[in-house]
Amino acid sequence: MEHTSLLERVLRGIALTLVVIFFMFPIVWIFMMSFQTNETILRIPPQLVFKPTLANYTALITGKLTTAAGTLDIAFMRNLWNSVFLSVTSVAVALLLGVPAAYAFARHKFRGSEDIAFTLLSFRFAPALLVLLPLTLYFQKLGLANTYIGLIWVYQLICLPLILWIVRGYFEDIPADIEYAYRIAGHSWFATFRKIALPLAGPGIAAAGLLAFIFAWNNFVFALVLASADKQPVTVGALAFITSSGIQYGQISAAIVLSITPTLALALYAQRYLVEGLSLGAVKG
Amino acid sequence: MSQGALAISGVDKFYGPIDRGVHAVQNLTMEIDKGEIVALLGSSGCGKTSTLRMIAGFEEVSRGTISVAGRKVHTLPPVKRNVAMAFEGYSLYPPLTVRENMAFALKAAKLPRSEVDAKVANIAKLLEIEDILERYPSSISGGQQQRASLGRALIRKADLHLLDEPMGQLEPQLRAVLRGRIKHFIKERGLTAILVTHDQTEANALADRIAVMEGGVLQQFDTPDMLKQRPANLFTGTFVGEPPMNVFEAYVGTAADKINLRLPDGLSLDYDKDAFSGSVRDELLKRQRVVIGIRPYAVRRSKDGVPATVSANQWLGDQTHIAADFAGGSLVLVEHDRTRLELGAPINISIDPKNLHVFDRASGMAISHGMELA
Repeated sequence: MEHTSLLERVLRGIALTLVVIFFMFPIVWIFMMSFQTNETILRIPPQLVFKPTLANYTALITGKLTTAAGTLDIAFMRNLWNSVFLSVTSVAVALLLGVPAAYAFARHKFRGSEDIAFTLLSFRFAPALLVLLPLTLYFQKLGLANTYIGLIWVYQLICLPLILWIVRGYFEDIPADIEYAYRIAGHSWFATFRKIALPLAGPGIAAAGLLAFIFAWNNFVFALVLASADKQPVTVGALAFITSSGIQYGQISAAIVLSITPTLALALYAQRYLVEGLSLGAVKG
Repeated sequence: MSQGALAISGVDKFYGPIDRGVHAVQNLTMEIDKGEIVALLGSSGCGKTSTLRMIAGFEEVSRGTISVAGRKVHTLPPVKRNVAMAFEGYSLYPPLTVRENMAFALKAAKLPRSEVDAKVANIAKLLEIEDILERYPSSISGGQQQRASLGRALIRKADLHLLDEPMGQLEPQLRAVLRGRIKHFIKERGLTAILVTHDQTEANALADRIAVMEGGVLQQFDTPDMLKQRPANLFTGTFVGEPPMNVFEAYVGTAADKINLRLPDGLSLDYDKDAFSGSVRDELLKRQRVVIGIRPYAVRRSKDGVPATVSANQWLGDQTHIAADFAGGSLVLVEHDRTRLELGAPINISIDPKNLHVFDRASGMAISHGMELA
């Protein structure tokens, strides 16, 4: 630890505090809003002290949204389930396809391997809207529009390149000789992949899977265009809170809290994998 | 002649397209007998590790064939070649302890547990790693990892044991002890081993025969003694031996009944014509210019010798290395006694024709060693 002066430490502390406030404030504010009614939220000036209510959460969970104009059915829990299902399945499929592919790209340099890898990455360059229009037409022809399979397929555009490129880097960091040592001791390359490469790249695969999950969870535009109400994830479902009788800030906040909870929990839990993943270099002799 | 353990025949290795890529190993042919220890010796990038990896099956053979114990293996995957290997970078499995690492291949071969334990204990004692058997690779030193990796290779029963720089990380004392033990271990069990090294002391101490490689080409494949006494070319001559051989270009001349080897700076080594054997004399006289080589141990100081000037004088505790400016170059001579010579002191040196190595100037191939033709 290098020596730092008192002034430096104080300034650093202030800077850190500012950064934390900047990033945490919206989350804290939304959390507080989710326990308030629209009236208290829209009061000017805003107040930090209020009487908390669970009405927003009740409305979301029961699916009955009571507004000034009457009771409205919302499918938030359905949306939440869609989000979970779509994200988990997409990441699972992407891992299944992407991890072996990443291994192949890392270990076997074949003609055109760089080109293929780059092409996969380039899916991330194109704006989603660019591919959406032709995709919608194709999907309607193929009968994939408004199906889970179709959505999971499109989500591969998000997950697969991410997993492929991150995991490939981790595989490349494993000294090839460790695998050779295992192979020469009487094991096939597949056993080597399963017993040596996969466990050693484990933290990296976890990190990549986590990132892919968050990206898939946060996706909005693919689901907006390609899915109808019963297949939509929370990101799209939140639009339902913009009702004819106004925007339901309380419910939106509660919905946001509910929908960021899984990713936040996952990120906190997987943090150690991320750290572990970054220290993979320790494997080298 | 015992059964061949390894036969490499006309092997080429190209990195990149054949005939256009980097030609790392060029038309290599060598045969190794069962029970032999062979060292591949050369500087970095000479193709020795590429050769080893082709034998193991980690690099494709661009051309030629490799047979292990009579089986053509160069197209087989590593698992089917029945060779064991110790890696330069240790390559221990991080999630396993040293013991598990060493027992790995034995367990895969379904050996009974008691036998595995006995073998591990035996090798661990040999390599002095008994105290770290339960530790993980990340928590032990480089030297310990290297010994564990060496143990993992030696513990296996294989047709061929490939050792890539097996002792590079060890401390000198330990290295000397282990060399002897490992050689004994290999010989006792009749194993065949190929080790890659750039350390000629190690090659000399361990190997029955040494293959000297340079630029992807096998320069000479012979016993350590023969490499020293009869280097096939200028490269082996100067590469093998410590301190290295002194070499000078010389014009061959004759005057009366003398042969003169005229060196730069107007110096000349003069010998009676009878000092050389007939065949060597004939070969010498056929040529105008040659390269002569003299081992530092063979250079003598004598009053009527050729003049030189001392440029460095080091007492190494058991021998003196004297460097001298000589014939436009530098010459090193070794004496066993402590010699007190000031820098700049004039000395006279003489070279017995028995100790003279003569090489062709253009091709570098040896012409004669002492009294015999190469």
